[in-house]
Amino acid sequence: MHIPDGFINGTTSAAAGVVAAGGVGAALRQTGRYLNERQVPLAGLVAAFVFAAQMFNFPVLGGMSGHLLGGVLAAVLVGPWAGLLIITVVLLVQAVLFADGGLSALGLSTINMGFIGAMLGYLIYRVVLRVTSRATNGVAVAAGFAAFLSVPLAAMGFVVQFAIGGVAASSTGTVLTAMLGTHLLIGVGEGILTALVIGAVMASRPDLVYGVPRYQGNRTEALV
Amino acid sequence: MDRRTWYFVIAGLIVALLFAVVVSQFASDDPDGLEYVAEQQGFLDTAEDHSLGDAPLADYGGNLGGSDRMNTAIAGIAGVAVTLAAGWGLFWLARRSGLGATSEPKDG
Repeated sequence: MHIPDGFINGTTSAAAGVVAAGGVGAALRQTGRYLNERQVPLAGLVAAFVFAAQMFNFPVLGGMSGHLLGGVLAAVLVGPWAGLLIITVVLLVQAVLFADGGLSALGLSTINMGFIGAMLGYLIYRVVLRVTSRATNGVAVAAGFAAFLSVPLAAMGFVVQFAIGGVAASSTGTVLTAMLGTHLLIGVGEGILTALVIGAVMASRPDLVYGVPRYQGNRTEALV
Repeated sequence: MDRRTWYFVIAGLIVALLFAVVVSQFASDDPDGLEYVAEQQGFLDTAEDHSLGDAPLADYGGNLGGSDRMNTAIAGIAGVAVTLAAGWGLFWLARRSGLGATSEPKDG
């Protein structure tokens, strides 16, 4: 899901960079407002964990692999704005230190995996949680389902970017079909991994999970 | 911060290191979803070489010159350390610098 330099033209990439920078600025203000002291090391841990999990590409069908995006995972653990920041940190480190994902494409990838993967993913989580909150493991199930959906949605983000500024002449329609099909499959892995990790944290320290309404207390935030 | 939360952070870091150093050794070498689609749809060749592709840790340790297993392990440890420090530092700054500060108590 990391876009290399060259797929999307410079104008579109630069515009995405401006939008992403604006979102990250807003996220810094929001997290400064709602993060409490003990969530600071927790946010660092989640960034490290998302990076580590992304090193494991799991096989999907013959000849294709997928890896965790981690947006919903991060947002449910520390909040959607913090989730966006965590994904941005991971993408930056991967691009600068590991040459994974183009530098000019950082804005594009931040929109797909941060804005869509973490923030839209968290909105979906909150909607699904209304249905599952009374069930056993309701938080993990809602997180898993939202994580599953977040992958094809992030892939659709790329398709929109490709339609606007794709350098190649490939038809948007066939790229859309191919991206949707493959990422619905990869989303299954995302959903299972997210549900397992959230389930494990819920079993040990549910009070550390931001997305559990009763622990959110009066920590209000703008998004939901 | 209370001791139990520190224990949780340390335990989480051990799991992250296990993923980055051990589980990552079993990662699939097949292209990921986007790369797969790009190849299938004939636009993979529009990708340009990464401008930092010669960096020592580029491609998760590909330029380190050791065994694949050792390169991946070093890249994993370095990546976990840097993302932890960058994430922790960024959130610490966001809280301390008064960004978004309101009259409400922060530790509610």
